[in-house]
Amino acid sequence: MKINAALIGSGNIGTDLMFKALRSEWVNPVWMVGIDPDSDGLAKAREAGLKTTHDGVDGLLPHLAEDNIQIAFDATSAYVHAENSRKLNERGVMVIDLTPAAIGPYCVPVVNLKEHVGKKEMNVNMVSCGGQATIPMVAAVSRVQPVEYGEIVATVASKSAGPGTRKNIDEFTRTTASGVEIVGGAATGKAIIILNPAEPPLIMRDTVHCLTETKPDEDAIRQSVEEMIADVRKYVPGYKLVNGPVFDGNRVSMFMQVQGLGDYLPKYAGNLDIMTAAALRTAELFGEEIANGTIELSAAGA
Amino acid sequence: MNLEGKKVTLHDMCLRDGMHAVRHQISVEQMVALATALDEAGVPLIEVTHGDGLGGSSVNYGFPAHSDEEYLNAVIPHMKNAKISALLLPGIGTVDHLKMALDCGVHTIRVATHCTEADVSEQHITLARKLEMDTVGFLMMAHMIEPDALVEQARLMEGYGANCIYCTDSAGYMLPDEVTAKIGILREKLKPETELGFHGHHNMALGVANSMAAVEAGANRIDGSVAGLGAGAGNTPLEVFNAVLDRMGAKTGVDVFKLMDVADDVVVPMMHQMVRIDRDSLILGYAGVYSSFLLHAKRAARKHGVPSSEILVELGKRGTIGGQEDMIEDVALDLIKRHRQAAAGSA
Repeated sequence: MKINAALIGSGNIGTDLMFKALRSEWVNPVWMVGIDPDSDGLAKAREAGLKTTHDGVDGLLPHLAEDNIQIAFDATSAYVHAENSRKLNERGVMVIDLTPAAIGPYCVPVVNLKEHVGKKEMNVNMVSCGGQATIPMVAAVSRVQPVEYGEIVATVASKSAGPGTRKNIDEFTRTTASGVEIVGGAATGKAIIILNPAEPPLIMRDTVHCLTETKPDEDAIRQSVEEMIADVRKYVPGYKLVNGPVFDGNRVSMFMQVQGLGDYLPKYAGNLDIMTAAALRTAELFGEEIANGTIELSAAGA
Repeated sequence: MNLEGKKVTLHDMCLRDGMHAVRHQISVEQMVALATALDEAGVPLIEVTHGDGLGGSSVNYGFPAHSDEEYLNAVIPHMKNAKISALLLPGIGTVDHLKMALDCGVHTIRVATHCTEADVSEQHITLARKLEMDTVGFLMMAHMIEPDALVEQARLMEGYGANCIYCTDSAGYMLPDEVTAKIGILREKLKPETELGFHGHHNMALGVANSMAAVEAGANRIDGSVAGLGAGAGNTPLEVFNAVLDRMGAKTGVDVFKLMDVADDVVVPMMHQMVRIDRDSLILGYAGVYSSFLLHAKRAARKHGVPSSEILVELGKRGTIGGQEDMIEDVALDLIKRHRQAAAGSA
């Protein structure tokens, strides 16, 4: 049985997520919430048979119970996320946060999804697009040997960076750096984001540098990286290593490219695709658990 | 050209852009000695940070000899008249760095974005203005867009609260007519009280000529570095530009002879190699490539055995912009693959 979900935010991310969720075995998108009645996302949602409101999350709240909404994806902005999450959580709805607000624990499915199982978390955060693309590579190195310092450079096409990312650029660098540490396993993390306006738009590029504490075990790292890429490709088929790993003293560098599926967004916007795919993968795991009765959601304080 | 009586604020870049030329390895003692000498010569504004601005310390751009905070705290107490500025590139540094810089006593914050991406500077410019700092919007690689588009981006920064807007020739690609056109339209379209600045690189030996064109068209702040210590073939050589302005009757308040002494006696001995127009830096200017890529490309060339000139040309073809230093090794590795394929094909 699928679990019912609501998509908060009718922008690029929310709309792309809807197209992916419509194909899911575990998640059934029922509502899309926006604030602009004329948004393309809401129009696409109506066409796809979803219920919609343009009154923000408050327009959804009265319908949660009757439509048995158990999971909500928040793809609005860091500024409004906390309030959205509070309102949904107190009504027993679990929230998957795609903004950089990061009030809940980080989730990078290929690295730590299983750790979230059974914890009854009501809010998990998807870090950032750059985080989803790079943290698996930091983790691929840190599971072989200690990483003293992890640094990621995410380069995305200007056209794929919406107003949310632009207004929240500091939150991106902070949240991603923190995810590189907490989920990636680097003792210190650093994140850099570049928006490149080239035409035709460039496919998302990510560079990952790790400084290992001791001399890198080249063979073990190569194998670990290869396995990690295969795991990410299960939900993001366009994830690939372009060059590397390059070994230079204690530096290990990997040069990645992330091509999206092109559901709602163009294929170059792999940055957005990897977010929506990761969020859906996370919801599916919880959906599977709810369906199997492994976890049962309950309203906070109820 | 008549610049008689024009007042020009000279802004020295040795201790920020110059960091690129010495792999960010300037010592605290050198910083203090140079800043003090510039102050004594009458230079009103001096930039101090990592070459890539606040928070630039990284594998990607290079780890500096000292942190931004250490440099700023060392230099600022020695300044008698000069003010200190700091550069901040959103996506690299954050408002946390900005607040740190203000606490250290930084007077001017320059928020730098690629010339089409001004809207990522809103958080930083708004805050700097609120903190009553001298707030500059710095549009990099300005050769890559048309004058009208540049105006649109400049207006965003002005709207967030920048009191000065820079047209930045990061690649040293512009010719004087382009500078005239861009500064001219900015002067025409921005608020009259908004100051305008020009930041040149000397890759085509046009740093001085372009800066003259900028002043004529309405810019009143000009960046340069004494002895040209900066990325690529360096910035506009400040002691030269100051002497030119003096001859033309423009006013900078900077002593012509003292500045020459700073160049020869303080800056040149700090150089790891002569900052000059060699083949690679000429390619930067000719192909419109970000000047800071120079030494990174030379290093990748040595490590991977691919000519640095070829790496730089390819970076230009790919439309790389400021901050994409990570693409340099990536391009070098792609070129190796391409060469191998070509060799296999001809075998």
